[in-house]
Amino acid sequence: MASHANALGAPTERREGRAKVTGEALYATEYTPPGCLYAWPVTATVARGRIASLDLDAALALPDVVDVLTPESAPRLAASDDATLAVLQDAKVPHHGWPIAVVIAETIEAARAAAEAVRVTYDTEPHESVLGDDPAAAYRPEEANGGHPAERRRGEPEAAFAAAPVRVDVRYRVPPLHNHPMEPHGATANWHDGRLTVYDSSQGSDTVRSVLAELFGLPEEQVTVISEHVGGGFGSKGTPRPHVVLAAMASVHTGRPVKLTLSRRQLTELVGHRAPTDHRLRLGSDDEGTLASVIHEVTTHTSRVKEFVEQAAVPARVMYGSATSLTDHKVAALDVPTPSWMRAPGEAPGMYALESAVDELAYALDIDPIELRARNEPGQEPDSGLPFSSRHLVECLREGARRFGWADRDARPGIRREGAWLTGTGVASATYPVLVSPSRATVTAHPDGLHVVRVNATDIGTGARTVLAQVAAEALGVDVESVRTEIGSTGLPRAPLAGGSSGTASWGWAVHDASRALAGQLQRHTGPLPPDGLTAAADTKGSADQKSPYARHAFGAHFAEVAVDTDTGEVRVRRLLGVYAVGRVLNARTATSQFIGGMVMGLGMALTERGTVDPASGAFIGSDLAGYHVPAHADVPAIEAHWIDERDEHLNPMGSKGIGEIGIVGTAAAIGNAVHHATGVRFRELPLTPDRVHGGL
Amino acid sequence: MESNKGPHGGPGTTIRYAPWPRPADSPPGATGSPVTLRVNDAPVEAEVDHRTTLLDLLRERLALTGSKKGCDHGQCGACTVLVDGRRVNSCLVLAVALDGCDVVTVEGLARTEDADGDLHPLQRAFLERDAFQCGYCTPGQLCSAVGMLAEAQSGQPSVVTDPDLATDGPVPLTDDEIRERMSGNLCRCGAYPHILEAVQDVVS
Repeated sequence: MASHANALGAPTERREGRAKVTGEALYATEYTPPGCLYAWPVTATVARGRIASLDLDAALALPDVVDVLTPESAPRLAASDDATLAVLQDAKVPHHGWPIAVVIAETIEAARAAAEAVRVTYDTEPHESVLGDDPAAAYRPEEANGGHPAERRRGEPEAAFAAAPVRVDVRYRVPPLHNHPMEPHGATANWHDGRLTVYDSSQGSDTVRSVLAELFGLPEEQVTVISEHVGGGFGSKGTPRPHVVLAAMASVHTGRPVKLTLSRRQLTELVGHRAPTDHRLRLGSDDEGTLASVIHEVTTHTSRVKEFVEQAAVPARVMYGSATSLTDHKVAALDVPTPSWMRAPGEAPGMYALESAVDELAYALDIDPIELRARNEPGQEPDSGLPFSSRHLVECLREGARRFGWADRDARPGIRREGAWLTGTGVASATYPVLVSPSRATVTAHPDGLHVVRVNATDIGTGARTVLAQVAAEALGVDVESVRTEIGSTGLPRAPLAGGSSGTASWGWAVHDASRALAGQLQRHTGPLPPDGLTAAADTKGSADQKSPYARHAFGAHFAEVAVDTDTGEVRVRRLLGVYAVGRVLNARTATSQFIGGMVMGLGMALTERGTVDPASGAFIGSDLAGYHVPAHADVPAIEAHWIDERDEHLNPMGSKGIGEIGIVGTAAAIGNAVHHATGVRFRELPLTPDRVHGGL
Repeated sequence: MESNKGPHGGPGTTIRYAPWPRPADSPPGATGSPVTLRVNDAPVEAEVDHRTTLLDLLRERLALTGSKKGCDHGQCGACTVLVDGRRVNSCLVLAVALDGCDVVTVEGLARTEDADGDLHPLQRAFLERDAFQCGYCTPGQLCSAVGMLAEAQSGQPSVVTDPDLATDGPVPLTDDEIRERMSGNLCRCGAYPHILEAVQDVVS
């Protein structure tokens, strides 16, 4: 038994790898049931108003077109909590890109051509789609995303700031950002014999099942949702999105299986985006750098369909000790598509602003930025007063400094020149909360020595199958090769989504508990196992959702080296390095890939990614992958990801914190701080594109 | 479909696909044409709608869903396949234009002459280096890398090739050469550093 005790943490190869490199892995719209039809949404070209007329004659006259669903002909849906799913229910157009019809045809070519042949007129109303400097319509919501109170205040931060001898008062801006997973959102829906079977590109199929059952008035038992392989999501597939509702409608309407894939451009307006954030940061300290006041105020937008508030001031409640603090959110409801989760909502833009401002304070004080952070290390979580379950931020900063070669750094900005290039280095902290939800799982020991884990986890690229097999192997004390993992279907024990860096903790806890229960059963069992084996089940409701007496967060440190071309304004990242304190790392191989992937997305956030709302049309323009620049291979330098050995007994049975999001969190600030170090200029609006940088030099 | 063996059924098997449904009121040939091509060493005869891309032919008609549709606009590279040995974005090529062509998709890589047992060396290297996460860009990365290696071998320079070092021989594949030449294949999971390592493993 002891020889298997190291199953957790090993760099086990991902189990679905072979299926992915041979092309055998099937994604949501790669199932083609016999008689399958194709659906193509028609989306609104105005930002606000009503459909005045829909002329379908030309579309219906095209060969192979089966029907066109409109708000008049589409199946009626029951009400749900998520208004973004109430598609084709009335003539109202709440934003550009809203679905107004769906063409159903025998072929994908016919569906697309017919969608273009639908003629629409609108009664438009004046719209406002761009978040201005001080939007009059902005209000303070009750809560920001994640259930965080919009405003938190300790002491009298404004007065403390005014009295502080050293002050930084700066404004930072992050534009709208798009998730753009490589697999566009799509679904194959099959309504047959009173049952609805759906293959969906989703981060959590149990919620998709519940919502579809609710919308279509079906018992949950009659709905099956399968998400076996998912081509990325980064939050945009975290809850059901309109594509799956439209596909199900089309199948219910025709009685035939229907495939529907959103086009790349449709994605940007139908699956959520990271809302733009406008940050005002005020940091006041004494001459030694001890913070007296931290004020982080965020203004953002939401749609008129649904309130979503990017909780970008929340990380300032966690990061640094200060005598007083204010963290506040305001939101303006505009005529824009509905924002939602994108990798590290809140933390990614919030820590960009906070960590840039901390760097500015370090320069104002002439103190090393790592030293400044160490001086403000809090004894407990500043906002709640709770003790940290573990916090090794300073260790991450120091270990990163050692690996990166920070000690040799000359802090003076704008002095390192290589021909036309200026070079510099920067550092920033990262944090992400520990989240976990109840899950169910079963584990079965078969007579032939096979162990089968069953849990409706979703593998969006994290390696969930692999790490859950490792969890079971360690808890059972068996070889990981003897464990098979079944995930990705609502036919399996109910489980929460792959999101909020909580998947492994949530599913793993249930798998661990079931495995331990099975180990006990096996110990008591005498004689050969029954033909069906022995099964143990676990449900972590009541344990995983218990409120912790600790503040639980992952921490990290990011380091960047950049070169800035003074002729063109181009910023090239030469090196990125991250060090993380994330509890126990359960699979060294797949964890490294997640950390690096987060840093690459942070590089895009820093340098190239910008969603743009066109004020005239209310549309996201430049919304495909030619106009919205995600990092390409040539943008990405050598990247290192490391972690420190962190033991934390207050998390879950595996001792792990989430790792999927923290990699993006401090990266943009580290790059921005390095650009300042290189050039001597502070750029306070992302992305750092050549036009902005060149104009600022 | 007269045979349930796909084009990956092996060389020498001719598979005839049923004519694509053609509108009854449209004269034969008006909107579709027959094409004959080879896909992964197997002859394919199909009646194709003139609007059908190679990618949709592969995915929706031939059940070869390894080639992925990421953007349908030639911007992401997930649909990259080899046509007559050269890498192309299959979403930008009309199937009707490929009569007589030889197509290799990710499903066929393991049977190319470079294959090493049941996998192509690049497939093996991608597994060993964990050069992917979600896997959706991976088939395109693999086909693109196969084409890229052949381009460098034949001496085609890239924008980062030093003109002073130009010869008629193969271009040495430095890290920067690989990064540049693989930049038509986007990976939102950010696996680039591991993709680079995997390709270098095969180069050296």
